Amino acid sequence: MRAAWAILRKDLRLELRTFETVPAMALFSLTTFVIFHFGLNRDQLTGQLAAGVLTVTLLFAAMLGINRLFVAEREQGGFDGFLLAPVDRSSMLLAKASALFIYMVVLELICVPAFGLLAAPPRFSSALPYVALLLVLVDLAFAVIGALVSAIAVQTRARDLIGPIIGLPLLVPALIGVARGLGPAFSVHGSQAPSGKWLLILALYDVVNALIAYAVFDFLLED
Amino acid sequence: MADAIEVSGLTRHFGERTVLRDVSLSLPAGSTLAVLGRNGAGKSTLLRILATLLRPHAGKVSLLGEELPRRAWAVRGRIGLLGHEPLLYRDLTGRENLRYHASLHRVESERVEALLGAVGMERRGDDPVRSLSRGMVQRLSVARAVLHAPELLLLDEPRSNLDPAGIELLEPLIGRASGITRVLTSHDPSAALAEADLVLALNGGRVAYFGAPGGLDAGAIRELYT
Repeated sequence: MRAAWAILRKDLRLELRTFETVPAMALFSLTTFVIFHFGLNRDQLTGQLAAGVLTVTLLFAAMLGINRLFVAEREQGGFDGFLLAPVDRSSMLLAKASALFIYMVVLELICVPAFGLLAAPPRFSSALPYVALLLVLVDLAFAVIGALVSAIAVQTRARDLIGPIIGLPLLVPALIGVARGLGPAFSVHGSQAPSGKWLLILALYDVVNALIAYAVFDFLLED
Repeated sequence: MADAIEVSGLTRHFGERTVLRDVSLSLPAGSTLAVLGRNGAGKSTLLRILATLLRPHAGKVSLLGEELPRRAWAVRGRIGLLGHEPLLYRDLTGRENLRYHASLHRVESERVEALLGAVGMERRGDDPVRSLSRGMVQRLSVARAVLHAPELLLLDEPRSNLDPAGIELLEPLIGRASGITRVLTSHDPSAALAEADLVLALNGGRVAYFGAPGGLDAGAIRELYT
């Protein structure tokens, strides 16, 4: 835990100093909402369409963060410095997943209100608790899978391509879960509460992926 | 005196290319081994294997009494590596970098301050690494390599980018005076031979010579680099 905290603190300090990741993710999301706003030519998005626009935008924004997650480690020798230390390899996974989770939460604090303004889904304010719950669960999936995929992609020359190629298919179940869960929250009629089924599926998906990532991450860092 | 390093039949490939072939050596604790050879001879690869960053593809490697790669975790933290890359984050300050590595190695922050002083970087310790000269980065890199008081130092061109004052300043940390078992590479054979107890000459990944510095004459050194 001590090593994971040291890596996370270092990553957050680097991000606060360089602003290389979160501003890019936020700018991408805001631009995408504007594109959807004009492209769909609707003043209000409702139900499954609103849920789809929000979740797909967040997914692609997450890919930007995933692509950059290990760049400093690769380009500035962070991997070697870490591998030379007598620490558990999974502390890197924990730190990177935590960093990505924090980036996603910060992104959503900016982008969800913007989505409310531009897409104006019905009963948006009262749906926020459900939206927050579902987004936390999908952020965990983004964080764990993102850290794993990024660790694989950064070892390759075509890391900007490999990240999405591996990451997007792995994140499809999470996308389905959060989009289906959010649909009712943005509907004009009916209950706003997401179905317990989708919450459970997302939670299970998070747990399974966390276990897989923990099991294989050591091998990704070794020669 | 017990051997700190025992290598036998070490071979390592990168794809189709064999970078090290059947390399054998031993180094008693407290001694210095100079690894000589022209660019691409396999010096840096040998150091990275000894640092546990690369796995040998054949042969046996024993480091500080532990067999690699099976017991690599047991020697990590007992090795200090000063390689071509400084292993420092450019957007962090020198002090922040050293504190980060101190956290990984469970070293107290007092040691960071002491080392910043020892490498003459206490005044520039709060500057981002990207704003420092190469010589200053090398000083910080030395501080990082010895931060956890390693038992074995792996030094790849340790004096590159350093001015004479810097070399003198760092001598107690990475020089013979440190008393630490050292493996060093250098493109300056005369300087390396002067401080070595043993010499390993590599030519195309093979051992061209292993033994006392006195056994390597000027002609053999010239041949090694041509």
